[in-house]
Amino acid sequence: MTELLVKNACVIDPLRSINAETMDIAIRDGRIVEEVSGAAEVIDVHGMLTMPGGVDSHTHICGTKVNFGRYMSPEDMRAGRTPRRGPLHATSGYSVPTTYGNSYRYSVMGYTTLLEGAMAPLEARHTHEEFIYTPLQDTMANTLFDGNWGIMEAIRDGDTKRVAAIIAWTLRAVKGFGVKLTNPGGTEAWQWGKNVSCIRDPVPYFEVTPAEIIRKVIEANELLHLPHSVHLHANNLGTPGNYTCTLGSMGLVPDLNKKRQTLYATHVQFHAYGGSGWPDFCSKSEPIANFVNMRPQIVMDMGQVMFGRTTTMTADGPMEFNLYRLHHEKWSNHDVELETGSGIIPVIYRRKNLVNSIMWAIGLELALLTESPWQCLLTTDNPNGAPFVRYPEIIALLMSKKYRDAEFATVHPDTAARVPLPAIERELDWYEIAVMTRAGQAKALGIQEIGKGHLGPGAYADVAVYPIRIDEVDPSVDHQKVIEAFGQTEYTIKRGRVVARRGECLIDGSNATFWVKPKVSEAYDMGKDPDFIEKFDRYYTVRMRNYPVQEEYLNRNRCIETEAEI
Amino acid sequence: MIVKDAVCPFCGCLCDDIEVEVDGDRVVAVTNACELGTKKFMGEKRLKNPILRDGDAWKDITYDEAARYAAGMLLSAERPLLYGWSGTHGEAQCVGVHMAELVRGVIDNTSSVCHGPSILAIQEVGHPGCTLGVVKNRADLVIYWGSNPIDAHPRHLSRYTRYAEGFFLDNAFRDRKVIVVDVRKTETANIADEFVQIKPGGDYAVLSALRAIVRGKTETIPRTVAGVTREQLVRVANLCKGAKFGAVYFGLGLTMTRGKYKNIRNAIELVSELSRHTKFTISAMRGHYNVYGSNEVNTWMTGYPFGIDFSRGIAFYNPGETTAVDILARKECDAALIVGSDPAAHFPRKCLEHLAEIPVVQLDPYPNATTAFCNVQIPVAVTGIDAVGTAYRMDGVPIRTRQVLSSGYPSDREVLLKMYTLMQEGKGQ
Repeated sequence: MTELLVKNACVIDPLRSINAETMDIAIRDGRIVEEVSGAAEVIDVHGMLTMPGGVDSHTHICGTKVNFGRYMSPEDMRAGRTPRRGPLHATSGYSVPTTYGNSYRYSVMGYTTLLEGAMAPLEARHTHEEFIYTPLQDTMANTLFDGNWGIMEAIRDGDTKRVAAIIAWTLRAVKGFGVKLTNPGGTEAWQWGKNVSCIRDPVPYFEVTPAEIIRKVIEANELLHLPHSVHLHANNLGTPGNYTCTLGSMGLVPDLNKKRQTLYATHVQFHAYGGSGWPDFCSKSEPIANFVNMRPQIVMDMGQVMFGRTTTMTADGPMEFNLYRLHHEKWSNHDVELETGSGIIPVIYRRKNLVNSIMWAIGLELALLTESPWQCLLTTDNPNGAPFVRYPEIIALLMSKKYRDAEFATVHPDTAARVPLPAIERELDWYEIAVMTRAGQAKALGIQEIGKGHLGPGAYADVAVYPIRIDEVDPSVDHQKVIEAFGQTEYTIKRGRVVARRGECLIDGSNATFWVKPKVSEAYDMGKDPDFIEKFDRYYTVRMRNYPVQEEYLNRNRCIETEAEI
Repeated sequence: MIVKDAVCPFCGCLCDDIEVEVDGDRVVAVTNACELGTKKFMGEKRLKNPILRDGDAWKDITYDEAARYAAGMLLSAERPLLYGWSGTHGEAQCVGVHMAELVRGVIDNTSSVCHGPSILAIQEVGHPGCTLGVVKNRADLVIYWGSNPIDAHPRHLSRYTRYAEGFFLDNAFRDRKVIVVDVRKTETANIADEFVQIKPGGDYAVLSALRAIVRGKTETIPRTVAGVTREQLVRVANLCKGAKFGAVYFGLGLTMTRGKYKNIRNAIELVSELSRHTKFTISAMRGHYNVYGSNEVNTWMTGYPFGIDFSRGIAFYNPGETTAVDILARKECDAALIVGSDPAAHFPRKCLEHLAEIPVVQLDPYPNATTAFCNVQIPVAVTGIDAVGTAYRMDGVPIRTRQVLSSGYPSDREVLLKMYTLMQEGKGQ
């Protein structure tokens, strides 16, 4: 039995409505408990800001496309490297760090749980292999269903239960966590070099529309009672005027779940563009935020852009090709049979570029115009908008009008006429930041009940102590102190052990992988469905028996079973 | 006993539909595999136990003694080289990276002497590719350039291209055109619809000519380019532009001939250019069954696909400097651990002269040309036959190999872990 007592913590724990109360946190054997014995190790944090460990509900850290981002970019690998030291392995990379690099840097910032945003089922084993080498965070993977042949055929046949059955079989086979749609229908069209323009455009051959895919997959997701909602990267990412498409997609979403949202719309910054082309490109954050404000069934994340070099990577292959034609940088693409695709290009976001300046403003606007912080979570779609190490700066920008104005003065001068940002006075508070970086993310992922994102008794003892006293710092003026505090914890505690302290990781941990196993009736077990088996055998190049990811690939295996309605 | 859906640990096709009939600890029949795969499954004579060079003879030693020898050799070396890796599973490769990191050695895999130049080209211009099933189901045009699958990847044609069924092709054999580009009329050229014979060393020029034609600059093309007529070049360019889905598969005939990585860069840029007209992809015909896995493992663990030098603690990558051939040719390394490859059969003489001078430990199921250079050879289980483990197919699809029989040999990972543990103890960790 190991016990730890974190004393005199200034706790913000939004899932329990605790706002800056000074209290002690008792930990036994990796879980939060009511109290510990006198033998417990004691850490006195002297009133420092203390929150549940950070949760990133949309990041790209592991798997085929992430690794290809590294593989093709030795220049990025050179841009951030540390040697092997004590229990720590060497790291490389800035925007796409090695697995150890991701893990150590996230840990230093207090993050203990990460959701990989896009895993192609056929290549799931790769994602899980990299999870093993991401030692200091618990991990889970969104599984891609945007171009899944079986699902599109079932939708065409009007058989929502079969859609659910295919999702259930696949999640179970690939040890996936949530259902991800990336440019639904578009990734299949891209395997012919085409795309879909918006939600009413039929997918070649399959003759279903993105709107039908979104709606039916949402229904199927709820039939399976999955912890997380459908996680949508909408069609038409990155194009001027795409906000109408985004609103159209959001308008498809009924309110089907009492506990959480029915749709998680990811990196909405990239989907909130006005204008008919690049010359009149402008922000449409207001209509998007207003729409979300009226719909509790939708949660989004920012997808904030920060200036500097990064690497874009997404399952949205056609979008990356368009980006390649704009930037003329190197371009990689990887289509995955019967399922999905991906693309990668490096980019530099520049203050001197008007479009990039507007993008930067839109992300902040979404966070500031969305009334409830539970409905707009803090992300950069790491590394697409910026590497996650830029989160502290984003927090500071959201908390300080003064800092925003100072930054705004350095961006392209025409930006002011295209965005509402300068007129927004709102400054987020510590509590709202805690919602946007852990509590809201855990709730949106549906993992608060298994003990993530809060510090209630029974929860995983994942705690972040930041070296800042919130009664002494005014974030609206001391933005530099905010950046420093969120950049480096005093203590990061993971499963009851101190894993990072003042910028140094202390141990080589061992993570857990969360995945979902929906229990379906015999009749909906696709593993026994003759048509499913026959198509699999004929058109996949991997045998059905060799497709499932074995449990050997899970470090600590945390299976969440759900009772499906089929 | 018959094991179904076994995974063939021979080439980068990583066929996973093999049936292996086993009688006790012996494979007696293999179905579905090509000749190369069948031979691998049927097995060769293996060493019974680790052996240590003792003057002109070999002495039998235990696995513990062998691991101690290797750990001591690596710990006392100033510039150890850990080379090979494409003939073993990913889990073993991961241990190898940790070992190299611990002793600040150089870790390199066989890509530095095969598709290394292809990787350099990808690092310059990217890689528009796809999984093999995308080609199987869609491609109406397949180009083999400087590769000869009938000899090197025999089932590539039947599983993925020429003879494969395709969802979007009514009659795949008839509807799918195959072009072969090579310097000689290979077996594969005999089954092609169009054979483009290039004078040796002329690939770069031919690729440039095709790019020019695709861009509408046909008038700039001379009557022949590297022995290929303008008419044929225009025909090929039109076939490419007219295809619904085109796929290029290139081999060492493009990667390791004059022009090297510039050839690959040019080929990728041709494909990027064609992507503006239709759907086109390009991929390397990777050789060893898990050479791509060694690139993947090295990349997620160190940031680089091959040729990684840990001598300064950080991972440093500079092919031509930090690659095995160069380290050996410069007589830099003072100890070598060889895993799952046979450098003595492939490296230049100068490298082997140095290899003969330094202590060498090899992990390999079979005696091979490198055995002659070894101080210790440690026989291990064969991944996919008597050991399980992860391998990455040439298109990046990871597959877990099956164990079809039990032999009692330890896996590469087990032996390496034993060494690594001893090394950590030696370092006081």
